Amino acid sequence: MLAPLGVAAAAGVAFWSMLDRMEQGTFDPHGVPNPLIGHTVPDFALPGLAPAEGFSGAELRAAAASRPVLVNFFASWCVPCVEEAQVLAGLHARGLPIWGVAYKDKPELAAGFVARGGSPYSRIGLDLPGQVAIDWGVTAVPESYVIGRDGIVQWRWVGPFDPGIVSLQLDPVLRRLA
Amino acid sequence: MTKRGMIRLATLLAVLAAPASVTSAYAISDPAEMLASPAAEARAEQIGSQLRCLVCQNESIEDSGAPLARDLRAIVRRRVVAGDSDRQVIAWMVARYGNFVRLSPPLALSTLLLWFSPVLALLAGLAAVLLGRRRTSTVPPPLSEAERAQLAALSGAPSSRT
Repeated sequence: MLAPLGVAAAAGVAFWSMLDRMEQGTFDPHGVPNPLIGHTVPDFALPGLAPAEGFSGAELRAAAASRPVLVNFFASWCVPCVEEAQVLAGLHARGLPIWGVAYKDKPELAAGFVARGGSPYSRIGLDLPGQVAIDWGVTAVPESYVIGRDGIVQWRWVGPFDPGIVSLQLDPVLRRLA
Repeated sequence: MTKRGMIRLATLLAVLAAPASVTSAYAISDPAEMLASPAAEARAEQIGSQLRCLVCQNESIEDSGAPLARDLRAIVRRRVVAGDSDRQVIAWMVARYGNFVRLSPPLALSTLLLWFSPVLALLAGLAAVLLGRRRTSTVPPPLSEAERAQLAALSGAPSSRT
């Protein structure tokens, strides 16, 4: 008699914690797991989006050796990218190096988007065919990655940043890597 | 229902049924996407139909019209032409998107419950049937003399028949 009640209670607790994590933004039922986390940045080379310089996998790994780098895939045609622009500007102001990848974007439109409100990016690679994004396992823009020492991908965020995500998730990751 | 109402209903049903008849067609809209060799194209379609579109998620990349699915279809075709085996093409996708990209996930510790849920359901059903049978299989005691007389009185039949 108690067994079905126990099963129902366990299911209820599991469901409640799932909803709670969805509300906090730590669980996305449509999320695609990324096998790149815990592994080294793949090899690639992207042309720059003037006036910013482009970058390669080796350059990114070298830059991350001294301090964590945030890699942000964006596009001028992506509305959530506009939403997170303010947050990225704030992170840039705090001194976090942000390297951007313009995903499937026309160079002139991407340049205009970045210039609007001041570019938060130290470097910008132009991924016109979107192949580098596929090598990273990107499913949509915006998507952001924290690269730690030895060029290892430490963390990924799918979707736009907001101040809550920064303080609850990004900051602890950066503190751990500092 | 009036005649006009009937026609309206028939039209509505036809419109509702229409999408169901076209979903089986693959999403390749541009013939230039297809490989020249029919055998290679068939192989690419067969591989692509096992790979999940990461955008629509319940469709294969062959069925999906999403731009990312189109890019992944092109990659599958490039790798088929380059001489990769089916297994190698799927491994290339899994390396980037994890086992989630496979519409039919491999047997692993995390997918045990998924793969064996039909067996579990069968066992649960069997247990329910057995329990139910045990409960009803107890033979009720024969009627007492008083009950038999009551039954006869109700049915109007002579009581000596039993």
